[in-house]
Amino acid sequence: MSNYTDELVDFDEALDRYDPVLGFEVHVELNTKTKMFSDAPNAFGDAPNTNVTPVDLGLPGVLPVVNKTAVEYSILIGLALNCQIAEKCGFARKNYFYPDTPKNFQTSQYDDPIAHDGWLDIELEDGEVFRVEIERAHMEEDAGKLTHMGGAAGRIQGADYSLVDYNRAGVPLVEIVTKPIVGAGKRAPELARAYVAAIREIVKNLGVSDAKMERGNVRCDANVSLMPKDAEKFGTRTETKNVNSLRAVEHAVRFEIERHAAVLDSGNKIVQETRHWHEDTRSTTSGRPKSDADDYRYFPEPDLVPIVTTAEWVEELRSRLPEPPADRRKRLKAEWGYADKEFRDVVNAGVLDEIEATIAAGTSAAVARKWWMGEIARLAKAAEKEIADLGVTPQTIVELNSLIEAKKINDKIARQVLEFVLAGEGSPAEIVEKRSLAVVNDDDALGKAVDDAIAAMPDVVEKIKGGKMQAIGALMGPVMKATRGQADAGRVREIVMEKLGL
Amino acid sequence: MSAISREDLVHLAQLAHIEMSDAELDKMTGELDAIVGAIASVSEVASSDIPATSHPIPLTNVLREDVVGQTLSIDDVLLNAPDSDSDRFKVPAILDGE
Amino acid sequence: MNELIKLSAAELAAKLRAGETTSVEAVQAHLDRIAEVDGTLNAFLHVNAEEALAVAAEVDAIRAAGGAEAEALHPLAGVPIAIKDLIVTKGQPTTAASKMLEGWMSPYDATVIEKIRAAKLPMLGKTNLDEFAMGSSTEHSAYGVTRNPWDLGRIPGGSGGGSAAAVAAFEAPLALGTDTGGSIRQPGAVTGTVGVKPTYGAVSRYGAIAMASSLDQIGPVSRTVLDSALLQELIGGHDPKDSTSLPQDLEGLVAAAQTGAAGDLSGVRVGVIKELQGEGYQKGVQARFNESLELLKNAGAEIVEVSCPNFKYALGAYYLIMPSEVSSNLAKFDGVRFGQRVLPTEGPLTIERVMGATRAAGFGDEVKRRIILGTYALSAGYYDAYYGSAQKVRTLIQRDFDAAFEQADVLISPTAPTVAFELGANDNDPVAMYLNDVATIPANLAGVPGITVPGGLSEGLPVGIQFLAPAYEDARLYRAGAALETLLEKQWGHTLISQAPAIDTASIAQEA
Repeated sequence: MSNYTDELVDFDEALDRYDPVLGFEVHVELNTKTKMFSDAPNAFGDAPNTNVTPVDLGLPGVLPVVNKTAVEYSILIGLALNCQIAEKCGFARKNYFYPDTPKNFQTSQYDDPIAHDGWLDIELEDGEVFRVEIERAHMEEDAGKLTHMGGAAGRIQGADYSLVDYNRAGVPLVEIVTKPIVGAGKRAPELARAYVAAIREIVKNLGVSDAKMERGNVRCDANVSLMPKDAEKFGTRTETKNVNSLRAVEHAVRFEIERHAAVLDSGNKIVQETRHWHEDTRSTTSGRPKSDADDYRYFPEPDLVPIVTTAEWVEELRSRLPEPPADRRKRLKAEWGYADKEFRDVVNAGVLDEIEATIAAGTSAAVARKWWMGEIARLAKAAEKEIADLGVTPQTIVELNSLIEAKKINDKIARQVLEFVLAGEGSPAEIVEKRSLAVVNDDDALGKAVDDAIAAMPDVVEKIKGGKMQAIGALMGPVMKATRGQADAGRVREIVMEKLGL
Repeated sequence: MSAISREDLVHLAQLAHIEMSDAELDKMTGELDAIVGAIASVSEVASSDIPATSHPIPLTNVLREDVVGQTLSIDDVLLNAPDSDSDRFKVPAILDGE
Repeated sequence: MNELIKLSAAELAAKLRAGETTSVEAVQAHLDRIAEVDGTLNAFLHVNAEEALAVAAEVDAIRAAGGAEAEALHPLAGVPIAIKDLIVTKGQPTTAASKMLEGWMSPYDATVIEKIRAAKLPMLGKTNLDEFAMGSSTEHSAYGVTRNPWDLGRIPGGSGGGSAAAVAAFEAPLALGTDTGGSIRQPGAVTGTVGVKPTYGAVSRYGAIAMASSLDQIGPVSRTVLDSALLQELIGGHDPKDSTSLPQDLEGLVAAAQTGAAGDLSGVRVGVIKELQGEGYQKGVQARFNESLELLKNAGAEIVEVSCPNFKYALGAYYLIMPSEVSSNLAKFDGVRFGQRVLPTEGPLTIERVMGATRAAGFGDEVKRRIILGTYALSAGYYDAYYGSAQKVRTLIQRDFDAAFEQADVLISPTAPTVAFELGANDNDPVAMYLNDVATIPANLAGVPGITVPGGLSEGLPVGIQFLAPAYEDARLYRAGAALETLLEKQWGHTLISQAPAIDTASIAQEA
């Protein structure tokens, strides 16, 4: 275990001399009701060892049975990644001893993954698109959860003992493996982040995973190697394990590029090994070298029979595929007519769904954007919440907008009404009624207020008559005061003009 | 077929997580050699055009509906545990960080 | 000796139905027999007297009350049965005859045990075996050898020597066995009893502690062919907990045994496997085999010779596939979740070292040998030459069977090449031990069913005759097996088992 600080080379300098090659293994936990090979609940956060059957404990005599929904979810993921779906595939045993693995082998797929040879176009923030080739997506099972006790704060190093909870053991996983990604250059860290974000978005959109990285629903192992600019052969790679946030993926790739460059610059060789990511220091440390322990002695799982995917089955599943997130974005941008930057801001704010729903409920695209990116975004920021978590419904926006359009309230009052809605006072219409917030557009009342203002301000009247139309604003103050701010400014202006015969 | 050397056996015992004394290693090296010699004939006939059989009876698509069943009680889970703590299995320290 | 224990299961069931005896009487008679002879034989690792008597009393009460519930009782209700200790049971320890599982109590029942409970067969206890079913002599049990009731100085076969000896010694009319390479049939042959390895998947494996998953099969052990048919119909059928379980039930087994018992095999083609006789088979074994062929021919069977040229590779393929699966199946025994945990005597206390020490202390030599052999066969660089080749041989053996069953309805061979050998005879020669299974292994590799029936004596020791049938055609075994049983008993004028000598309990010091 190396505790020394690795030498690093400045990122830009490193990539002046070397080309990075990336590769990712992303594990996605499926949100089926039961586990991959047993009918125990697949649930997060329950009391230890309560979601286990004899199968999940690997008791003597037990046998696995494949979860059909997990297979279908895996095919859906394969289809969404533009993969070929294997006509026939099977399970294999990956043999290794570890106390979180109840049978001391993992039931996985080896030389016949359910999905293979796909691709995914990854759009970076500025719109540049990289195509990432997918080598395979295969089904397997998760391990239990180890908690290291004693020693330094939950670290495996120096722990006195460990406690094992098998609730997670057997949760269905799909492992998505890319082919080597070349040509990303200085954009490698960004691409890494965007790739994992895209996978997360796809599985969430498919509804096959809760896709919460903080819960480990989506976990990434990042492979990095460097090769000199003129080289043809890939360099030796390292695999940084369990990089479990988008930010960490970006940072880990950047760190490994800087570290590899330093090692190579000094004339040393990269050791093919597993690296551990440390969020606190934003660095990786050496895990174990690839060794004998990696002789997994795969062989076909004799307790499970092969899966044959008929064309009908695959096509039925294909028909269930939702629109891919990237296609949807392209379509919505065109439909809504937003400018590039406007649309990117909407995407980054994560309110595509909300705006789409608001438009569907009856507002224009411009009005929907004005609300979600304006007042609602401001309120969310003040409340330190995600916009989507604020609790504003499309229906509220539609109602507020129609009150404005009917000239019942003005923009300023509408913003107040929204706050009252969020405080739980009722619907916008109810609040306007209850709090008597309706705009005064009763011509008699307004006429009287205008008469009073004209009488009180003869000098202003003269200016207006003299052609200084901006001076109308000066009459507005007293009129608003007389109507407690609820006068419709446009109507007041019209009445003034009428009264002055202009 | 290559014979199994004592060195191979040490490695295999490590993979299989079975501690072996020197005497055991010596004895088993000889025995395994004889066994491997006796079974090596399989590769004589196994030409590349013969498909492999992993399951004696060819079944496919034996799948289970995604419906929750009966789980074990925590008492049954820990019934045979060599050691436990806070409803979890307790194991000595793990050296190899994964 | 209480006459009740000499009855076949079918006869005892008839007496129970007729009210001529009670299940409690029958169970008690068997418990008495166990008490009398098992200190000598060591067929049982655990005797389940209390529960067996309770189940018996329950059956008796239901019968006494009459009515719909009595009518609905399974035909074998109240007939006691012994369970090979490789099959997990709630309420009784399951050890697999290994130190590793000493004291282990399963929190669940095997599917076959659920069926036995539902049919209300009192379970007499758990029978001895080679550790984790690895062996052909029951000498590799961590809890002592089982002795052959025909000759206490000889092995009862293995791995299911306990079940076979228990049935042969009238300690139980029925028993469950498991057969991976012959572990039901070879003990049946050397103890003069009947044993069947059903078609792979015909009986659920859920709850049978796995040795080699693609070869293992649970099956019946009994003294008559009809009893095995009755028991297979009870324990067979699709199980959603076993993915390799056949989707359909195999029907007509009992009917086939009843048909066969008429002793007529007109129109049945019996194929003699050229490669499973002659060299390596004892003279006496070959003689009994030839006599059986003659009887079958006289009963109308058409005897044809078939050749299975790839059977000579079966033993090699078996000793690659079986240990490979063993090395993986037995990885779970690591002292983490269940079973014994052994701490290393010196050095740092890490889980890796605890696993190594636990497995070193918990497994016997034969188990270790097979785990290491399997680890070797699967390891990088050797897979293709060993495991991969063995799987191809498996295909060749299936093709041999396919071709043979074009010419014959059933195949026939001696079950084992020799009669029971003396205890300790093969202690230092694992390869010689493995040769015992040469005739039984092909069926496991191909998944086809096989039966052994008593074929007479050689040097005073039983010889077994094996029939093999195509997959799903277990009924053919019961017809042919019952026919040969009838023909032989007619010729002898008695059953073979009735010729077994009395067990001299004084000759062997009773174990505590």
